[in-house]
Amino acid sequence: MTESEQFYQVKLYVTGHTPRSERAIRNLRAICMNELEGRYQLVVIDVVENPQLAEDDKIIATPAVIKELPLPVRRIIGDLSDRERVLLGLDLIVYNSSRAESEKE
Amino acid sequence: MSTTVDPVDAIEKLPTGIPGFDHISQGGLPLGRTALVAGTSGSAKTVFACQFLAAGILQYDEACVFITFEETPKEIRKNMLGFGWDIEKWEAEKRWTFVDASPEIGDEQIVMADYDFGGLLARIEFAIEKTGARRVAFDSIGAIFAQFADTAIVRRELLRIVSVLRELKTTAVLTAERTAEYGPVARYDVEEFVSDNVIILRNVLEGEKRRRTLEILKFRGTVHNKGEFPFTVMPGSGLEAIPLSAIELEQGSTNTRITSGNEDLDSICGGGFFRDSVILVSGATGTGKTLMVSEFAGACDKGEKCLIFAFEESREQLTRNADGWGLDFPEFERRGRLRLSCFYPESATLEDHLIRIRREIEAFQPDRVAIDSLSALERVSSVKAYREFVISITAHVKQQNIAMLVTATTPSLLGGSSVTEAHISSITDSIILLRYVELLGEMRRGLTVIKMRGSRHDKDIREYTIDSTGMSLGEPFRNVTGIISGMPQGISVEEQGRLNQLFE
Repeated sequence: MTESEQFYQVKLYVTGHTPRSERAIRNLRAICMNELEGRYQLVVIDVVENPQLAEDDKIIATPAVIKELPLPVRRIIGDLSDRERVLLGLDLIVYNSSRAESEKE
Repeated sequence: MSTTVDPVDAIEKLPTGIPGFDHISQGGLPLGRTALVAGTSGSAKTVFACQFLAAGILQYDEACVFITFEETPKEIRKNMLGFGWDIEKWEAEKRWTFVDASPEIGDEQIVMADYDFGGLLARIEFAIEKTGARRVAFDSIGAIFAQFADTAIVRRELLRIVSVLRELKTTAVLTAERTAEYGPVARYDVEEFVSDNVIILRNVLEGEKRRRTLEILKFRGTVHNKGEFPFTVMPGSGLEAIPLSAIELEQGSTNTRITSGNEDLDSICGGGFFRDSVILVSGATGTGKTLMVSEFAGACDKGEKCLIFAFEESREQLTRNADGWGLDFPEFERRGRLRLSCFYPESATLEDHLIRIRREIEAFQPDRVAIDSLSALERVSSVKAYREFVISITAHVKQQNIAMLVTATTPSLLGGSSVTEAHISSITDSIILLRYVELLGEMRRGLTVIKMRGSRHDKDIREYTIDSTGMSLGEPFRNVTGIISGMPQGISVEEQGRLNQLFE
């Protein structure tokens, strides 16, 4: 199975309906739709409503993304407005292209 | 809401249940507030935090939440079992809840701006509300700063957590690291945002000995005792603070006389020792201090209970010596009238000895206590710690109306005084000196009572002898001066006559 065919399972933990939460949801949805169309499952969890889930996943900071699949598990914390770093964190930038970009700079 | 209230009364306190701490803090931690417990590595911060919760469960039936940033719950459960705290059982009973924020090994984490601790806060609130917790511990702040690099965000979020803990009416303990025993309160300036109440735990190296102390730096809006108080961490029970200057001089006074165990001595003391007195016997080695202790303990033959703490001789030696003077210690012990407690001074720290002595006194409930010798303990501590120990132990027995005889070994054979005497003389009620007297090429022994609070006593220096019946007092030395100063000099009969005539 190649990189472009892998299925993504992503959780996003947020706290309430704050501007920061909304921003994170919007940013992550945009990335998923653009990069992972048809091969992802995104679950948004509000820690205020589901503290037990936050406990199980040991969430401290929010917003927090947990990429459960494909392995390795990765966590990204913040409002996800730095698109490049989110893509890196989700392994969506292929190693070669990221190096190519840094060489360009 | 602008009623004026006395600030001292305004803040209630929550008894922690940590032995000694509630006395020092004059009632416990400020109720519904957060206290910072700061200390260097190994200063027992985590034990303090756990004990605050454990005592809440055991003594006040209060549920609690422990938020850990450093050790995993598994490690804490295991480490605290040694103090007799079965956290796993309490977890099953929903009385202890962990919020595990310890770093996950192997999990990759990318941290970007902008974030908050909403997840942690929701978990803490959830745990508190689920169990009705009254006590919260947070261990430790430094570990959060290590997990999240942006200190500005961490501070802002910690402040939020502290205010939520307050809204939920919980009393909380937050631990924080210090880099030096005497320096800034804590790293990352955390005291600036949780500054109402600060407790400092120290583990100071003093003359090659480790000494733990606890200081309440501030309790905003309420009173507490100031200064450093020694404490110890005992296996099986945890932290125990020793409130020294908190001891009140409130013991009553009695005119009841008790026997010293020696009739001659009773008669020169004006009829015996007082029931609630502390008697110091000072003398060089071999002058008969242990004999006086044995005779003092011999009163258990007449219905009193006696507890002897021996730091110089073993049980066998003490028993054999007593046997030589006609006292059957094993028989007294069988009848539950006597207890011998023999330890090497070096077997524990002074604070541990103090707590052990207090526990044994509480368990045995003696009428009289003897310590032979107190000065042996000088070598396991610094001078300051030793002075505090002496004050603490004497205050303790006086409060219980126990007669205590302590011995001090003088460093020189002739005359001399010891550190023990310097520290104890003002708080003892009676002082008896045993001295060698070199007279006409012969070593003899002299005894004098130099202090007998609240009573007249014989001021002579009496010669005494020791034989199989114990100590017998003889005549006063009439023709010798300088015994106490350690330089005995014979004086002629003529001179003595002349001196006597001066006062006629």
